[in-house]
Amino acid sequence: MRHGKYRFLIGALAPPLLLYGVFVVSPYAQAFYLALTDWDGLSAEAGLVGLANFADLWSDPLFLAALRNNGFMLIVVPTATIALALFFAACLTLGGGTRRRGRGVHGSGLYRILYFFPQLLSVAILGVLFQFVYTPGGLLDGLLGAVGLDGLQRSWLADPATALPAVTAVMIWSAVGFYVVLFTAAMESVPTDIVEAATLDGAGRFTVFRRITLPLVWDSVQVAYVYLGILALDGFALVQIMTVGPGGPDNATEVIGLTLYRSAFTYGEFGYASAMGVTLFFITLTLTALALRATKRERVELA
Amino acid sequence: MAGTAAVLSGCVTAGNDDPAEQATGAVTEDNPLGVPDGADLEVVMFDGGYGQEYTQHAVTLYEQRHPDAAVTHEGLQKVGEVLQPRFVSGEPPDVVDNTGAGRLDIAALAAAGQLTDLADLLDAPSLDDPAVKVRDLLLPGVVEDGTLDGTAYFLNYSYVVWGIWYSRSLFDQHGWTAPATWDDMLALCEEIKGAGIAPWTWQGKYPEYMMDPLQSLAAKAGGLDLVYAVDNLEPDAWKQDGVLAAADAIHRLVTGGHILAGSEGLSHTEAQNAWCSGEAAFIPCGSWIEGEQQGVTPEGFDMAMAPVPALSAADALPYGAVQGASSESFLVPAQALNPRGGLDYLRCLFSGEVARGFAESAKAMPVVKGATDGLDLTSGLASVAAALETAGENVFGYKYRTWYPELAVEVDTATGELLAGRADPEQWADRIQAAADAVAADDSIAKYER
Repeated sequence: MRHGKYRFLIGALAPPLLLYGVFVVSPYAQAFYLALTDWDGLSAEAGLVGLANFADLWSDPLFLAALRNNGFMLIVVPTATIALALFFAACLTLGGGTRRRGRGVHGSGLYRILYFFPQLLSVAILGVLFQFVYTPGGLLDGLLGAVGLDGLQRSWLADPATALPAVTAVMIWSAVGFYVVLFTAAMESVPTDIVEAATLDGAGRFTVFRRITLPLVWDSVQVAYVYLGILALDGFALVQIMTVGPGGPDNATEVIGLTLYRSAFTYGEFGYASAMGVTLFFITLTLTALALRATKRERVELA
Repeated sequence: MAGTAAVLSGCVTAGNDDPAEQATGAVTEDNPLGVPDGADLEVVMFDGGYGQEYTQHAVTLYEQRHPDAAVTHEGLQKVGEVLQPRFVSGEPPDVVDNTGAGRLDIAALAAAGQLTDLADLLDAPSLDDPAVKVRDLLLPGVVEDGTLDGTAYFLNYSYVVWGIWYSRSLFDQHGWTAPATWDDMLALCEEIKGAGIAPWTWQGKYPEYMMDPLQSLAAKAGGLDLVYAVDNLEPDAWKQDGVLAAADAIHRLVTGGHILAGSEGLSHTEAQNAWCSGEAAFIPCGSWIEGEQQGVTPEGFDMAMAPVPALSAADALPYGAVQGASSESFLVPAQALNPRGGLDYLRCLFSGEVARGFAESAKAMPVVKGATDGLDLTSGLASVAAALETAGENVFGYKYRTWYPELAVEVDTATGELLAGRADPEQWADRIQAAADAVAADDSIAKYER
């Protein structure tokens, strides 16, 4: 019987492991190898060039601009998204008048669904939609004009000062909904007796949130931070669809994914592009490890 | 992204030691390219704005000539993504139309030895008249466009001309005429502004649209020597008097306030629609604009293309000179199973009969001489045909965009800055010159000369 169990386990695990090996592990391994070559993407041979591709990266103005812009998004996207999502989630669970206390603001069920809507749109559709928002004389300009802020109207995506924030705002807008749902679920699993006890002791809503709710949902925040960090290191699809150039104006919205894509598919430098991919892989890995370490807190066990 | 790049590379380490057997048949008068009997043929083409009608038409001709051959014909939008692995593993189709945003880098294909020399095709008798070689049927510049390092590797099918577009009816209504010099252009811009219309708009999200009139002005001022200096990456090529004067001329549109506000943030569709709806009088574009705007252009708009005005009286090229180039690149892969059949397919494709069908169905100029004679052309296409007629031999084109895509990206970025008013012509030239020098100094980039 025991023997049969292992045979079953192996039989069940082998196909997914094989698929994972063929379609995930081996391409990664090949990318690492290609990063050391000058492969042009078309010939069957590739010459080894050692670490030259990696050395060239640091004098490539486009790659450096991309690093800078991804760095900006890395700071803004997770922070803003988590802050907004926590705020909305708290409103949905802790908010509401005195009679609704602990059940969230009026109509919180509906809001929960509405917040999730952006998550249902594909990135391509998002990009196209927000082009209409940002285009000169588009929705945003119209809105500003309607409230008398004509002076702020501009070509949002064509101005180096506003292009990157404009793209970043779309990333945040599209991500917030998912984390509202995630945090709401986490907050609802916080036992009500603890919250009630704190309220009886005279704690205000903000104190309850800061001292009780937030520490108890910290695991979710940590996970959100890592996911959003990875999202901020990408941004390729939105930039490719929305921005001037793409990647412009004046490289203001260049992201690593775009530099990589262009190197591979426009310049035919697959080896160099692989080196970028490998660098991005290590940046992501490092940041994940750092983020998990930096946000580490004592875990509260709710029995 | 690391994953994506790697998946595509699946075959690079697998290698291909046994090149496929490439049969040839007996060369006869009826079979000048020696297509083997009964060999099948696979055609993969870019299914874009020109449609599939013309390549299908050529398939019909080919099947008539080789009744025993089974011909497969496939239209794709992302030619590169589908064919890259097939090129790497040595199993490409017999004919490829390598076009569209997802095309393969043709210079890299040539450098990797993946392309068949088309000399045999060019010297073969044409289908229309055995006394005329295929080479002599083509418009000037077509063979040169497809030549890399002295070998013809691809032939383009559609002839594109760049100029400045306007609505004939709008201009007639106000009594305006397309200006012949840049000074006239600036004067007319003032007049157009007075009529409450923005003189210019442009496809700001893709700055290369504005680079075309700029480099046309430069070519007219400095002649082909200027063009070759730019393409050959000569030192200070971008700081030649003609180039700087052209950049200054275009910059005057910005400083004079002649451009529709917000144009730098418009996509090509948005800008062209604004132009079609009468918000702006001029827009720079290639001759594909008429087909592209078909569904949007109002009745009686009568679009027409004017050549880019002359920069000054001292110009090296006449006013009628236009920037022209061929596109829709057809090639025969070197590792194809039936390369002789591929060449013979192209002989069918580049025949007068298929070309006439192309002009009618795709509303574009084919590269075959005289193909539009006697056809009833639309307003825009007629103006393009007339411009080509006037230009005669004075058709020029730049190569740096195909040869050095790294440089083209920087040119576009700098041009975007120039047109947004954030850079002046000197800064524009400095920036591009620095990029050109960097490309020239980079040994890993294959260099070309003309």
